[in-house]
Amino acid sequence: MLEIQLSELLGASPEGVEEALGLVAGFDDALVHGFARLDPERLEALEALAAALAVSPIGEAVAEAVEKLTAGSVTEEHLAVLAGGRAALLGAVHDALLHSLDAALGRDRDEWTRPPAPPVSDDLLGGCRAWLHELAITGWRGVGYDLVSSADRVIEALFAVPALRRPAVLLDGLASELRAFSPVGTAERLPVRRWADLWSRALLLAQAGGRACAAEPAEEVSGRLLVLGVDVHEHDTAVQIQVHAVLEPSGGARTRLVRASAAAAKVDTIAGPAVWRLLSDHPVLLGALAERRVLEISGMPLLAGGDLVWQDGQAAAGEPADPFTTARVMLTGALAPAVPPLERHPVRIAEPVLLEGYTVDGDGFRLGDRVLDVDFDRLPSCGPLTSELVKASSACVGLVRWDAGRWKAQPLAVQGTAKRKPFEAHTGDWALGPTDPKVVKAEARSGDSVAVLRERAGRLLRR
Amino acid sequence: MIEVVRDRSVTGGMGLDVDEAGWERRSAVRIVPPARPRKLAKVPFVELADGRLQGVVSSGSDISRVYVSSISAGSHAYNCRTNNNRPCGGLRGLPCKHLRALADEAVLQYGLERVARYLKVDVDESGDLVSALGGSPEPSDAAVVFSRFLRHLSYLELPGTTVPVPELHWFPAAGAVR
Repeated sequence: MLEIQLSELLGASPEGVEEALGLVAGFDDALVHGFARLDPERLEALEALAAALAVSPIGEAVAEAVEKLTAGSVTEEHLAVLAGGRAALLGAVHDALLHSLDAALGRDRDEWTRPPAPPVSDDLLGGCRAWLHELAITGWRGVGYDLVSSADRVIEALFAVPALRRPAVLLDGLASELRAFSPVGTAERLPVRRWADLWSRALLLAQAGGRACAAEPAEEVSGRLLVLGVDVHEHDTAVQIQVHAVLEPSGGARTRLVRASAAAAKVDTIAGPAVWRLLSDHPVLLGALAERRVLEISGMPLLAGGDLVWQDGQAAAGEPADPFTTARVMLTGALAPAVPPLERHPVRIAEPVLLEGYTVDGDGFRLGDRVLDVDFDRLPSCGPLTSELVKASSACVGLVRWDAGRWKAQPLAVQGTAKRKPFEAHTGDWALGPTDPKVVKAEARSGDSVAVLRERAGRLLRR
Repeated sequence: MIEVVRDRSVTGGMGLDVDEAGWERRSAVRIVPPARPRKLAKVPFVELADGRLQGVVSSGSDISRVYVSSISAGSHAYNCRTNNNRPCGGLRGLPCKHLRALADEAVLQYGLERVARYLKVDVDESGDLVSALGGSPEPSDAAVVFSRFLRHLSYLELPGTTVPVPELHWFPAAGAVR
């Protein structure tokens, strides 16, 4: 990302973003106090949301839902329509932001042209909808232990069906936060936007038929996969690594930006470098990350949204490949994937970039007269990146993200010089285990949590 | 009274720095601090849930036996039973060694401040949580806690997936203290 590109990005203010987010905030506020207790002011905010969507395909349905709410009826169907309306607004915000990012970077993006997916299963999603309905009626302020615990059975049932992993992981993350805040009424500040995001997405995923959970259509691809870096996602009971890479398809087709993900269920006490052990079913992928090697893939499914469905057996590690070189040489010109319709939300924006020639200015990278804030909260504990290393760096491969009105850089790898010695660190460096003796020692002190819990599970679960 | 009483003012006292303006408008932010690493052999399961500090303590003598221990927030009523729902022999009007182990490990996992605030207890300079508790033994249902422990363990039996979970973009892996 060049100075001129950053300047264009930070200087752009896509039209309508502020207004759309204002309407979203009105909906989010209704969730704080509960849809059973909507006062005139909150109803007005919902009417404004309906008015903004009036000319859209769901305009009529949203208007009717708000009308019914005004009359005091809060049904699952009406809530789902409102969640859809909120998602449509955030989808538009996402599109506007991503468009200005693509324009600044000069990045081409594929078009979404896929048909809707077939239904998956409905049996279990009813319980999910019922819990979300109850939450909306009660409002975050009214949430206590009993309402949180009533999600346990729903979540357990979802986890039993692999096709429903998305709602399961999402609901579990939300329930765990609500549990930590319970009784929520006594908390001074609430993550209002965040919880409304999670609630709305969950309700959309839980619509009858579960179409939203169905895998997109895939094509099979072969070629060389050059890793840029690893983004790590984690909550108490889930971890996911998302590898950003450039695919050089065999046969000479245009290079593409792709991702490869691997997720595992976990518990809160398995954290830090230990999470890699949960992903040991993918030794080729982890090996290539730890040793910074190119991956040769053949016949690997690639979803329309740019996600490879990783099959370790279809991959082989090749010669060493430096992610900084990949970023320098291949990022420009690679085709970015289309974003699946339901995933359009600003939180999903995570565009790989190379930043260099900057100076570290406070909590950001300065290029000329512009500063791109660095998201220091997104340096995962399973890898060697620390805020000190980022602050000492002179080049960075990272993801550009957007949250609460600000663009930020999330470092995935940094290079620099400290105490006259060059250093380099990547989030995936410890994929085969930590390489820092201090961390190895700390790990040894707390013992192998995965092994201890597996032993306990083996002894106590099957009796 | 040490830092326990220092008022962080927000998020139910989970010791999070959320003074940042605009925090309410953020989508992707870790709002519950990650558990700190600790040895799990003796106390494999600890949680602050349902108004209790509760967990499971491995028996020192029988590898297939565990104790289910809990301390209620506010009343500080405590209890300790085996997984077969027999009362713990060590519980004679004072918290047994299992309850002490539970409290110690909870402090390691969550930090003293968060545990003390959850239980609503004022801990003096010694930092000794258990002696600061004013409650007495009270029967409670060990089966509920034990089933939560089994559920906890069952996560490790779930197969992984390589189909992306885009919803996890809301859950960034946060840096732990190193």
